Amino acid sequence: MSAPTEITEATVTAAVTDALAAIAAAADSAALKAVRTAHVGESSTLAQLNALMKDVPGDQKAAAGKLVGQAKGEVNQAFAAREEAIVREEQTAQLAAEKVDVTAAASRWSAGGRHPLMLLQESICDAFVGMGWEIAEGPELEGEWFNFDALNFDADHPARAMQDTFFVEPVDSHLVLRTHTSPVQVRSMLEREVPIYVLAPGRVYRTDELDATHTPVFTQVEGLAVDKGLTMAHLRGTLEHAARIMFGDGAKIRLRPNYFPFTEPSAELDVWHPTFAGGARWIEWGGCGMVNPNVLRSAGIDPEVYSGFAFGVGVERTLMFRNDVSDMHDMVEGDVRFSQQFGMVV
Amino acid sequence: MRVPLSWLGEYVDLASDITPEQVQADLVKVGFEEEDIHGGDISGPIVVGEVLEFTPEEQNNGKTIRWCQVRVAPDGQVAADGGDAIHGIVCGAGNFFVGDKVVVTLPGAVLPGPFPIAARKTYGHVSDGMMASAKELGLGEGHDGIIRLAEMGLDPEVGTDALELLGLSESAVEINVTPDRGYAFSIRGVAREYAHSTGAAFRDPATEVISAHGVTEAKKFGTEFPVSVDDKAPIRGRVGSNVFASRIVRGIDATAPTPSWMVSRLKLAGIRTISLPVDISNYVMIEMGQPNHAYDLDKLSGDIVVRRAAQGEKIVTLDEVERTLDIEDLLITSGGKAIGLAGVMGGADTEITDGTTNVLIEAANFDPVSIARSARRHKLHSEASKRFERGVDPEVAAVAAGRVAQLLVELAGGEIVDEGSYFNHFAAPVAIELPAGFVTNLIGLEYTDKQIESSLTEIGCAVAKLGTGFSVTPPTWRPDLTDKWTLAEEVARIVGYHLIPAVLPVAPPGRGYTVAQDVRRRVSNTLAATGHTEVLSYPFFDEETNNLFGSATEKSVPQVRLANALDATQGWMRTSLLPGLIGTAARNRSRGMTDLALFETGLVFLPEQGKTYGQDIVAGGVRPAPDVEAKLYAGIPPQPRYISGLFVGDAISKQVGQKAVAYDWQDALSAVQQIALGAGIQISVRQGSHKAFHPGRTAELLLGDAVIGYAGELLPSVAEDAHLPRTVAAFELNLDAVTDAAGVPHVAVDVKTMPAATQDLSLVVADTIPASDVLDAVVEGAGELLETATLVDVYQGTGIPEGQRSLTFALRFRAEDRTLTAAEATASKEAGVALAASRFGATIRE
Repeated sequence: MSAPTEITEATVTAAVTDALAAIAAAADSAALKAVRTAHVGESSTLAQLNALMKDVPGDQKAAAGKLVGQAKGEVNQAFAAREEAIVREEQTAQLAAEKVDVTAAASRWSAGGRHPLMLLQESICDAFVGMGWEIAEGPELEGEWFNFDALNFDADHPARAMQDTFFVEPVDSHLVLRTHTSPVQVRSMLEREVPIYVLAPGRVYRTDELDATHTPVFTQVEGLAVDKGLTMAHLRGTLEHAARIMFGDGAKIRLRPNYFPFTEPSAELDVWHPTFAGGARWIEWGGCGMVNPNVLRSAGIDPEVYSGFAFGVGVERTLMFRNDVSDMHDMVEGDVRFSQQFGMVV
Repeated sequence: MRVPLSWLGEYVDLASDITPEQVQADLVKVGFEEEDIHGGDISGPIVVGEVLEFTPEEQNNGKTIRWCQVRVAPDGQVAADGGDAIHGIVCGAGNFFVGDKVVVTLPGAVLPGPFPIAARKTYGHVSDGMMASAKELGLGEGHDGIIRLAEMGLDPEVGTDALELLGLSESAVEINVTPDRGYAFSIRGVAREYAHSTGAAFRDPATEVISAHGVTEAKKFGTEFPVSVDDKAPIRGRVGSNVFASRIVRGIDATAPTPSWMVSRLKLAGIRTISLPVDISNYVMIEMGQPNHAYDLDKLSGDIVVRRAAQGEKIVTLDEVERTLDIEDLLITSGGKAIGLAGVMGGADTEITDGTTNVLIEAANFDPVSIARSARRHKLHSEASKRFERGVDPEVAAVAAGRVAQLLVELAGGEIVDEGSYFNHFAAPVAIELPAGFVTNLIGLEYTDKQIESSLTEIGCAVAKLGTGFSVTPPTWRPDLTDKWTLAEEVARIVGYHLIPAVLPVAPPGRGYTVAQDVRRRVSNTLAATGHTEVLSYPFFDEETNNLFGSATEKSVPQVRLANALDATQGWMRTSLLPGLIGTAARNRSRGMTDLALFETGLVFLPEQGKTYGQDIVAGGVRPAPDVEAKLYAGIPPQPRYISGLFVGDAISKQVGQKAVAYDWQDALSAVQQIALGAGIQISVRQGSHKAFHPGRTAELLLGDAVIGYAGELLPSVAEDAHLPRTVAAFELNLDAVTDAAGVPHVAVDVKTMPAATQDLSLVVADTIPASDVLDAVVEGAGELLETATLVDVYQGTGIPEGQRSLTFALRFRAEDRTLTAAEATASKEAGVALAASRFGATIRE
């Protein structure tokens, strides 16, 4: 198109019509850029018409100016609208092109996991720490005095042979792999001041061959409270509270008479497990009782002044019925699939 | 303890519709845990039959069977299975004759197995039932032939229910008897407890025998075989025997059959039938709880004396084993010769045989400790020793001897003569003071005086008022009742544990977890969250493995060895967690899990070189003197807690757009830094060596100046010996050292907000200089404007002189108070270069 020579309604309208047509026809930002040069920029027809304003006689300037100004406004507005639409379209197209299959993601981390026996021990500890108890620990290779004599196992008591103890060479060193975490109770009474409220978790050993329900190395959590005026009702209350934390509000405790050298009276501890996989039921959970006065005396605590209660549960057994683990092998073999299915939570 | 229900029912009332399950439930309430139910696995129709005729028929397989006609119901009546009175039965046994009464299992019967009986076609006939052997009925091993009832002294009517006749329909409950309740190893004791549980009437069999046969202490036996005790070395001051009764029965037929009811009860009680005299002895032991022994009187050579064994003395026991005795072993002797290991097992020389006609019955009470030690010493845990170890009622010995004698007369045709002897030096139980309120204060439930008195009286105590409380004398069968706590348990047990309320005690405010407990959990959680899997392994290994991993340099390390390991080749306690992880890794790989990052925490057992550990036997019940207590503590070997990890296979597996990346030594070092992060401490690293690790790929882990562990690549041969790939990375560090260093509050550094300047720096330096040393020099030289410095590249090759390498660091500079100029950053960098140059001859790479 040749350059316009005069500002007339016809030339202005023609320029606007051309510009609007070009703007409407621009399909993408590249085309729109060409349109800007031809119809909006310094060398556009409208710009050239505008340049003719200097030649317009004074009395016509206002009308011509209005004519050109309105035309520029109309074109600029159309251009801006088109530009915005194209940018929007192009952004949408780009995002669409960037689509991924989120189900085919590469993993930037490997799955790990805690061993559930450790997690369960920790959560039992949490329950008691929440009640103000402290966690006590001791060695796994123990002296017979801590493991037996101080706990009212007489040297010739049948219960002492009953424990299936691992002894250490030479046998007259009187060292054993602890058969329960009760020696930690003894150490706690020797080392701490009354009142004592401690929980003793840890590994213990008995000479059982590994099978679906036995393992020579297993985990216990025992508790001990020594204070003035403690009764078997306090034992029951403590266990019931812990059972609710572990197994839900519907859990409750049943005590049945039993015998342990280190408690008198002694009781077998059953728990009503409200969410057991096979239906709610009573499950044998552990043993408990009032601390035998001879045990208190072994630690220099006067049983006429103080009383205490103690209890113990097996963590493997708890895991078996709480989390429906059916075979002991899974807990001891270290198969990563076992730990990984629990992850960080038991 | 197995308790046949009909036997129990003789001494305590049982409901007519009682089930074994109900009996178990009743006994659980008073403290006897259920173990099992026996019997009840056989059902009829099983009847007495008479063999009318049979035809032997030889078979192709060389076997001869008998085609028998057996009358199983009286003439004109229908058989118990609804069939004819005469059944045709094929029988493989050859031990019977026409006219024999036999046991016939008719179609519809079920034998233990379960083995259902049906009419079946065999050897060309339809065999309409089976003639049973003792074994098939679960009555014991016996010989292979079928039962001939005449051999059992029985001649019942044809068609009689054989289940009833032989006591086969009975069942027994098995309960667990705790060590304090020796008296419950008897029907007498269990019946008493059943009465406590249910309130049913109890009839003491001991009392019945006394009244029926006049066998009491007052009754003077003859003195042909006087008995005495001559214990020159009592154990712990206790004479070996304080009660001994002997009775003599003459003219018995030792071959007389044991009645089927007794066989059945013994079988249910778990006792094998042997011969009538032995069966009677066992029967009375189960019934009364009194172990007893019958000697062949004619093989005895004189007075019965109970004494300790002489040094080197020997005895052949009933099990035909010659045993060399210890001077602590208690013996029964006759004419100076050992005839029995007291309370454990009789001697073979004086054993009852088929030809025995005169017997001497021994029923005595022995010191529990003496018997326990003998049983353990000779590994001979018999039914007798089990009872004596736990305590037998001293007053039941004479009664039991009389009961054995009575049964020998009734069943073996003997005659009681006034021969025998008895002494009873048993010290009567001592009264225990039970103060008012004690039981209530210990149990936490209000007990009335009446409840206390009646529950203690019910278990056999003599209860008298003493001030506001009671004086309680336990019965002779309860040696476990020794103080007021044991009495409190009895009151609580008889009144019922289920009544004890639940009261939550208020513990004093606790201090929460210790730093060590808290940090251990954080560390394990950190590792698990960063891709490591926690495993647990057994701590039993062989000595060589422990030597390899137990020390970085020493060829061998002191170890803890078990005296009775389950596997004698793995009897040493671990000195490191690594062998357990190696085994676990191998197991996982064998199951197809090839990519593993494992960790474990646990104790290791590290006795110190040249130190002897152990402790003396110190009695409990009183706090040891301070020096004794200190020695009890000092005798325990150190057992620090370690944390270890192992890496094998791929860290990142091949995935979409991702190549596999294998685990190597750097993963082990990263894990160590994750531990440091979890613990809130600094662990530094330097080149090191450990004999189980790769000599060129091992780091020492340092806490300050102290070496607390190792990380790197395992020695390839160690990996390959465990059937793992050549490249296995691992770390092990002392977790106690980590937690000891933890818990110090961090001192914060202010965060600077002025703009940073970044520059790279490449230094050429001898390749023997650790990169971390060069980095340290740069950091130190650059001063406080250098905020971070990171090693980003290591290059050796073209352009770098032989024996040198180029280390490239990314540096970030920042001032606290102004925007740094490029010149300031460069000056700082150059100061760093200068120090590296002066320390290591480092030059800037051109």
